[in-house]
Amino acid sequence: MPTWKFPSPGRRFVIAVPYTWLILFFFLPFLILLYISFVDMGNDISPFKPIWDSKTGLIKLKYENYWSIFRTGDGGLLFKTIYIEAYLRSIWYALCTAVLCLVIGYPFAYFIARSSPSVRPALLMMVMLPFWTSFLLRVYAWKGILADQGVLNRTFMFLGLREEPILMLYTDVSMLVGMTYVYLPFMVLPLYANLVKLDYRLLEAAYDLGASPWKAFWLVTVPLSKAGIVAGFMLVFIPSVGEFVIPSLLGGPENIMIGRVVWDEMFTSNNWPRATALAVLMIALIVVPLALYYHYTGDAAEPRK
Amino acid sequence: MAEMGAKEGYLVTERLVKRFDEAVAVDEVSLSVAKGEIFALLGSSGCGKSTLLRMLAGFERPSSGRILLGGQDVADLPPYQRPINMMFQSYALFPHLDIWENVAFGLKRDGLPKAEVKQRVGEMLDLVQLTAFAKRLPHQLSGGQQQRVALARSLAKRPKLLLLDEPLGALDKKLREQTQFELVNIIEKVGVTCVMVTHDQEEAMTMANRIAVMSKGRVLQVGTPEEVYEYPANRFVADFIGNVNLFDGRLHVDEPDRCAATTGIGEIHVGHGVSGTLKMPVTIAVRPEKLEISKELPAVVNNVFTGTVKEIAYFGSYNTYIVIASNGARVRITQANTSRHDLSRITWEDQVYFWWSDGAGIVLRD
Repeated sequence: MPTWKFPSPGRRFVIAVPYTWLILFFFLPFLILLYISFVDMGNDISPFKPIWDSKTGLIKLKYENYWSIFRTGDGGLLFKTIYIEAYLRSIWYALCTAVLCLVIGYPFAYFIARSSPSVRPALLMMVMLPFWTSFLLRVYAWKGILADQGVLNRTFMFLGLREEPILMLYTDVSMLVGMTYVYLPFMVLPLYANLVKLDYRLLEAAYDLGASPWKAFWLVTVPLSKAGIVAGFMLVFIPSVGEFVIPSLLGGPENIMIGRVVWDEMFTSNNWPRATALAVLMIALIVVPLALYYHYTGDAAEPRK
Repeated sequence: MAEMGAKEGYLVTERLVKRFDEAVAVDEVSLSVAKGEIFALLGSSGCGKSTLLRMLAGFERPSSGRILLGGQDVADLPPYQRPINMMFQSYALFPHLDIWENVAFGLKRDGLPKAEVKQRVGEMLDLVQLTAFAKRLPHQLSGGQQQRVALARSLAKRPKLLLLDEPLGALDKKLREQTQFELVNIIEKVGVTCVMVTHDQEEAMTMANRIAVMSKGRVLQVGTPEEVYEYPANRFVADFIGNVNLFDGRLHVDEPDRCAATTGIGEIHVGHGVSGTLKMPVTIAVRPEKLEISKELPAVVNNVFTGTVKEIAYFGSYNTYIVIASNGARVRITQANTSRHDLSRITWEDQVYFWWSDGAGIVLRD
């Protein structure tokens, strides 16, 4: 059995950097969130109270912050709160976004990976080019395209395809268009990185054994790019769940997502404990299934043999 | 060009050409392979043998020419519609499927009933003795085992034609020899017609019934291993297959049963006629093992020359001597190592006689 050696100073430093980063900027803030989610709400000046009772000096956890997410205040129905609805809606929209990104991004990535090595950098550059423009500008640009008097509707009406403008802005459509557009590169890049490694001879072997190109794609290319699909899906899905800006700019009043709800609790109701409880629950909602997934499938990023 | 396809052709290529842009990879190749035959395409890298194989498999479309398999023109069929299967050099096993699924892949594409797939895969795994490994993934197997899986997979569909791309190329030398015979046994047991591609002449000689030697997209000679070795059609083939001593000269005697040529080291007699014209340039080829070497003057008249031993290589079962002839030509001589203690042992810088019989030489015209 190999004896475990304490890593050399250089290695310790290299390992310490990401850990320090994660502890300072993820773990500690998370602990603060967790703390606030268990205390009473305060007033305008200090939005939350200390966890110990000032009179008795006892620590008192306020579970009510969490219960109230699942149950309405007047003892109403379970799981029928605006919070649960917002969660479900967020997950639904994030799923839609991730699926749309996958459907659009896969051919994208496949095409780039299959193109000649000399043009690949240029094509990848084009995928990343939008990042050079401000995110807000790009989202606002969609307003101009999708509005009732926007580019699309004017074109339709000019061509005589429609008498009346199609209602697109401030609906599910505009919101999903915006989210898919913004998150597409996060799907294309990991997929590309995966597909570019695909051994073309495996496809030839599949053809040779009687698989049509379409069958070979489903039976060989897709399963072998699973790691890329999972990575891309996660990269799109996770930030989409908590997306705040795009729904508020492009979404309608009925498209309230959890990010918006947290915002409202925080800044409108000034109820920090509930806002943090919502945030903690959202993290659990995303991290736990993810951890389970990795646990049961092994490392999805494991290199192929 | 030598005559080809004396046997009835099961696989026939007719003036097959493949051009990549301006480069001609395969140049008017006409071959005929008999049913049940193991046929080798032999040549160094870039000679067009792989392109030819890929055209047979359907991965490359011929620029012109026809490919007939059992009388049917398959040149325009895509690979997934050809009754042809290939064993890839890298094996190209599907890394995400276990051995059983790899072998079953082709059968499932044919839409065979489940029970039959199961039975056929069982047979195939039995054939290559990998039944115990059915549930393993390819990367959990050794190179030799992977090769057998690749073979089983390519045979599972009972193809009319089996293609082997450098079948032993990825194995180490020791394993290669053992696998060679195993492979031939399995192929012969199944009775499938087989075209293999190799750059290794030994591999071609031991495995194939007939060999096509290729160079620069053309087929230079087709024949059994013996024919190609003993009667090379030209200088390239003689040089490519095994070792050979080549003496350039001009023909000066040409009779039906014998001829002679004047060369740099002297007059060489050959025991067959060439029906050429006198004074035409010829090359006499003599295999190193056909030469004798001694310090004593031999009691023969023809083809006796003298030289100095420059190098001796000991190979265990035989010795190779490099002798510098009187005109400076390097002559390679191979002698079997039959006795352990040779009193007349030849060492470096010895003056020696070397000679060969009239029947040993071959006249090459080009």
